[in-house]
Amino acid sequence: MDFELTELQVDLAQGVRRLCEGRFPLEQVRLVESADRVVDRAGWRQLGEAGVFNLCLAEAAGGVGLGLADAALVFEELGRALVPGPLVASHLAAGLIDGADDGSVVVGLVERPDPAVPASGVHPVVIEHLGDLDVLLVLSATGISSVDPELLGATRLNRPMDPLTPVWTVPALPEGTPVAGPEIAAWWRRDGAVLTAALQLGSAAWTTELAVGYAKQRRQFGRPIGGFQAIKHLCADMAVRTEVARCAVHAAAVTVDQPDVGDPLVAAAGAKLLADEAAVTNGRSCIQVHGGMGFTWEVPAHLAYKRARVLATQFGTETELAESLAESLTGS
Amino acid sequence: MDLRYTDAEQAFRHELRSWLEATLPNLPPKPSPDDWPGRRAYDTYWQRLLFDAGYAGVDWPVEGGGRGSSPVEELVFKKELERAHAPYVGVNFVGLLHAGPTVIAEGTAEQRRRYLPPILRGDEVWCQGFSEPDAGSDLASMRTRAVRDGDDYVVTGSKIWTSHAEVADYCELLVRTGGDDSRHRGISWLILPMDTPGVEIRPLTTIAGSTEFAELFLDEVRVPVSNRVGDENDGWRVTMVTLNFERGTAFVGDLLEAIELLVSTVALAQRTGAWSDPGVRRQAGHLRAELDALWALTKRNVSQAARTGVPGVGGTFFKLAYSETRHKLGEFSLALLGRAGLAADDVEGLDGNGPLPAETMVEDWLRGISLTIAAGTSQIQRNIVGERILGLPKEPAVAAPAAAGAAAPAATPS
Repeated sequence: MDFELTELQVDLAQGVRRLCEGRFPLEQVRLVESADRVVDRAGWRQLGEAGVFNLCLAEAAGGVGLGLADAALVFEELGRALVPGPLVASHLAAGLIDGADDGSVVVGLVERPDPAVPASGVHPVVIEHLGDLDVLLVLSATGISSVDPELLGATRLNRPMDPLTPVWTVPALPEGTPVAGPEIAAWWRRDGAVLTAALQLGSAAWTTELAVGYAKQRRQFGRPIGGFQAIKHLCADMAVRTEVARCAVHAAAVTVDQPDVGDPLVAAAGAKLLADEAAVTNGRSCIQVHGGMGFTWEVPAHLAYKRARVLATQFGTETELAESLAESLTGS
Repeated sequence: MDLRYTDAEQAFRHELRSWLEATLPNLPPKPSPDDWPGRRAYDTYWQRLLFDAGYAGVDWPVEGGGRGSSPVEELVFKKELERAHAPYVGVNFVGLLHAGPTVIAEGTAEQRRRYLPPILRGDEVWCQGFSEPDAGSDLASMRTRAVRDGDDYVVTGSKIWTSHAEVADYCELLVRTGGDDSRHRGISWLILPMDTPGVEIRPLTTIAGSTEFAELFLDEVRVPVSNRVGDENDGWRVTMVTLNFERGTAFVGDLLEAIELLVSTVALAQRTGAWSDPGVRRQAGHLRAELDALWALTKRNVSQAARTGVPGVGGTFFKLAYSETRHKLGEFSLALLGRAGLAADDVEGLDGNGPLPAETMVEDWLRGISLTIAAGTSQIQRNIVGERILGLPKEPAVAAPAAAGAAAPAATPS
């Protein structure tokens, strides 16, 4: 048992971090704020070349043949850089949708509302990134189908909560063309939860650094505010939350790769729950540490906070995840 | 990242499991919690069984007489003991986890020969004299004074939170040998035989009603200079060195016990019908996620210790998160007990399905309250994370001179 990263895994994560710093610096990412389209096609293909989408695809199918644990490290870096676009959907679609694997085709995903959930009769259907999509997949318990984004009659919403996640609403989701059955849909849900959790983890780590950096530099009462316990302890709690979530995310990814060490579904639900909470709470704390500046559009803390809120609605909400974890504690 | 145990680790587990299966059914009955001589006899008997089977000091280096196992084997060892509901380390805690490792690292050859084997065999019991009534989180302000007189130190002062003092043979004692304001630069580490004249023990009762703590009053107690471990005035460093023996496994048994408690709390909720409340299920789901994550964090910390030989910073993260989760679990189970939680007695339920587990749950809730206090309060731990890990500026010094490492060492619950 050795739960530390291997040298290759450290190199992989560092490589993606360098790619993000070079290709997706925040000041550049922010140029497309509030635009219809936020995916930089050339950048997306570069992510494809770096293996972001085909990492877990078997070598025989033209992929890299690595495990979900490796992918989680990659997605942690993408989450940290707030790279916009349907990253998880395009990764999952590699091997199923031509061109997803190399980043030449951008694939989005929306979950078909479950009629058993009462709110599904009230909540509108909201789709992220529709303007950027070549293919939209619809995920449900019975399988995955493909619908043509052009034929949806979608309306773009004017004021998306996350300026880097444009959203559309549609009157109804058509049946579409089936592309995969219930087994693949189930593992997409599980792996999608783990990779989305990894994005959230990256965000939680980044907002911690942003807050700590500001707390060291901002002076009030004649000294850096980070010297005051009220601020210091807020930052310490952010760091603890991040580390606990990191272990949960890494363990879930490893458990998917090595199912004999635990229950992958339980591990994935726990990881998503804690990573969502870490990203949302740290985003909020990061704004608080920045004080009044944290409430400005200029300081990027709100971008992480808003993205965290978007991702928390995907691949399992807090209620759904907590319910499934509760279920795992019964009848054993 | 690999969560699978190696063949050697699996073999160690199987061998240990067989031994536990053969040994545990023959243990004498457990003594009552307040019968301290009985508890000493029981805990040291168990230690002797471990010693005879070659499991004493699993984590001690071979040079110290231990088994020299890897941190991962230590993890397996603690997990198997908890799984089999084997006795706890009990009164052997300070000797095995703190005083012994200190003597191994910093003691003379003579001190190692004299003091280590009796700890491993369960012949001698140790207690810890670090904290003082006026020196808790600010441990470096301790005032128990040791004055040289010939070949002896003459020690006067008082210590507090000294677990198992009543049945201990020796105390690992921190004393002030430097000037009044020397703080961490004027502390020495002594071995105090507990039967020395001038040592007075006053038991303290905890909010759980238990009596494992004591106050220690020292009135001109003579301790031979040869009982000092490390150099004079170097006791702070000696204490810190020992912390490196902690390899991330300190809470393994506790954590597994918490998972069992969560499962029995869920069973209670199902029995009472509270489980139909989505709010109750939601709390249970969160607790499951947190405890699983803490188990993963334990594996991360152990893996780091296995690679680098030192525990790293993960232990501080663990303690902060675990103590909060444990509070939540305690509150959760108490709420589900309802008015059955007004006594720590297992009272028969009106449904005729046997008693409700109030004893375990009420005691656990109360004991859990100590977790954010013992071994460095959560507030001190947050300072450590903020200052040593995140690099934030130190608290401004108020009265005492600014000191490197001004926060108390994360001393084990003494």
